[in-house]
Amino acid sequence: MIVVNDIHKSFGRVRALRGVSFDAPDGRITGLLGPNGAGKSTTLRVLYTVLKPDQGSATIDGVDVVSNGLAARRRIGALPHGAGLYPHLSARENIAYYATLCGIDKETIDDKVNSIIGLLEIDAFADRRTKGFSQGQRTKVALARALVHDPQNVILDEPTNGLDVMATRSLRDLILKLKDGGRCVLFSSHVMQEVAALCDDICIIANGKVAIDGSADGIRERTGCDDLEDAFVAAIQVVEAD
Amino acid sequence: MRTLLTVFSKEFVDNFRDRRTLATALVMGPLLGPILFAFVINLSLERSIADADSMMQLPVIGAEHAPNLTRFLESRNIEIVDGPADRDAALAAVKTGALDVVVLIPVEFGEQLREGSPARVELILDQANTEADRDARRARNALRAYNQQLAALRLVGRGISPLVLQAVTVDEVDVSTPSGRAAILLGMMSYFFIFALLMGGMYLAIDSTAGERERGSLEPLLALPVTRDQLMFGKIAAACTFMAMSLMLSLWSFFFALKFMPLEQLGMTPNFGPIVVLSAFFILAPFILVGAAVMTLVASFTKSYKEAQTWLSIVLIAPTMPILIVSILNVRSQIEFMFIPSLSQHLILVDMVKNEPLNPLHIVISVTSTLAIGAILTWICARLYRREGLLG
Repeated sequence: MIVVNDIHKSFGRVRALRGVSFDAPDGRITGLLGPNGAGKSTTLRVLYTVLKPDQGSATIDGVDVVSNGLAARRRIGALPHGAGLYPHLSARENIAYYATLCGIDKETIDDKVNSIIGLLEIDAFADRRTKGFSQGQRTKVALARALVHDPQNVILDEPTNGLDVMATRSLRDLILKLKDGGRCVLFSSHVMQEVAALCDDICIIANGKVAIDGSADGIRERTGCDDLEDAFVAAIQVVEAD
Repeated sequence: MRTLLTVFSKEFVDNFRDRRTLATALVMGPLLGPILFAFVINLSLERSIADADSMMQLPVIGAEHAPNLTRFLESRNIEIVDGPADRDAALAAVKTGALDVVVLIPVEFGEQLREGSPARVELILDQANTEADRDARRARNALRAYNQQLAALRLVGRGISPLVLQAVTVDEVDVSTPSGRAAILLGMMSYFFIFALLMGGMYLAIDSTAGERERGSLEPLLALPVTRDQLMFGKIAAACTFMAMSLMLSLWSFFFALKFMPLEQLGMTPNFGPIVVLSAFFILAPFILVGAAVMTLVASFTKSYKEAQTWLSIVLIAPTMPILIVSILNVRSQIEFMFIPSLSQHLILVDMVKNEPLNPLHIVISVTSTLAIGAILTWICARLYRREGLLG
């Protein structure tokens, strides 16, 4: 369960976040939707504690991300945008490194690594060094690395970027599996169809603010648009007029 | 602790698998010193000993005007060959470097000699041409010797002892030991060790900030449930290990290289046996932490791998500065110098190679102050690693 409460963040004179609030409950998929530069990545970065908000608070399962960052990080698996791998390590070693850093005991590491490799269908290239991997292969390994310790909250920043149709499909299946397992999944995207097809809740961000949030149907209803894309544009125009 | 070890072993394996990094750290650093050193030694050997008694060819213009001088020169193993056609040609030849040195004996040489007035001989040389220096010196010495011989004969002919011309004799007594003379040349070797040591950890130091950032692996790493201090200390520990390996290799490669250098011919016997190799390692080891921390610190301010490399090449030169200044001023070990990293290591090393007694207090100060500075710098690195701006 992720709760975000009125967070603000500026970089110099650029006001990246101007009061973002939303909830991402367990057992549901929450989509953070917005145009480029809207503040999606900044919001997620605050949640996985690499940035501190100037104002406002956020909690992961009730743990504050600012005052207790280490405990908050224990409860999340994060896939930052464009996450890179270590090219001289194999896919398996990359995953095992993160597993060890997450504190999984020696005895169970192999099992955990093997099961996530199976789940994400990495087997075929698991023991190759990651140098020269395709974008899809890299994303899969980065995702496996983020999920190896079986976190309750999963934060994915534009996970489908650069993936082909098949890889996107298997990622979608995985996200649904996580949801069925009672996990809280929060992911960002700028692709409308992807969010509409997958998310239970949608939070549209524009210009550092939440334009509108709710279920897909709720958003359609409130904006008075039948098409979600029209709703998206309508909601954004309201915020950007500020 | 487990986190630190995990980070350490991952960095170690990662670095070990990178051939380019490994080549710079463990091959280039340790071998550069001995190779450069062997080159310099051989060059100076060639210069100084290059057999003073071997046959030398000396172009002489007007040799026919001074048959006795010619014979005298030949007795000193100098072969007289025909010089250029005239004085102008000789000047031109020496200027262009075609000839190293030319002796010109004017027509009136014999006459002046007979009259007892100073007979003029010209020695045409180019002082800027260091290559010609040896031949020029030999020709000059031979001509002076001829002058002295003739002068002595003239005095004897007048019934005066030639000793009257020697009011004072100067005898030089050189107290330097063969090890001491070696230290002059080996003084520069402490820099090679420091250089090799820094090279050993350079890529790891860059990797912990600029490298991870450029690869995009920094952000997911920081999102893990570990503290940034643990990450930073693990990375610095891995860099230190590589630096220690590269220092050890460079010390041993020097040890073996010295066996193949004809230093005895230069009157040098460096005190550089296996025991000195090991003690030198322990004297230099504290500098590893300073080096690792400084390189990490510098790299953390850069935007990319390339930029970090550029800045770190300056860091490679920095430790030479105190060594250079002290070498120019020619000062000996003093207690104040022992507080300065790189300089204290250099001075103790020089004393060791000279086989002079070491001051235990100097060693204690050098080790503790260098370690303390290293610890402070490491702490600053960890502080900087906590910054938000780290992500770039």
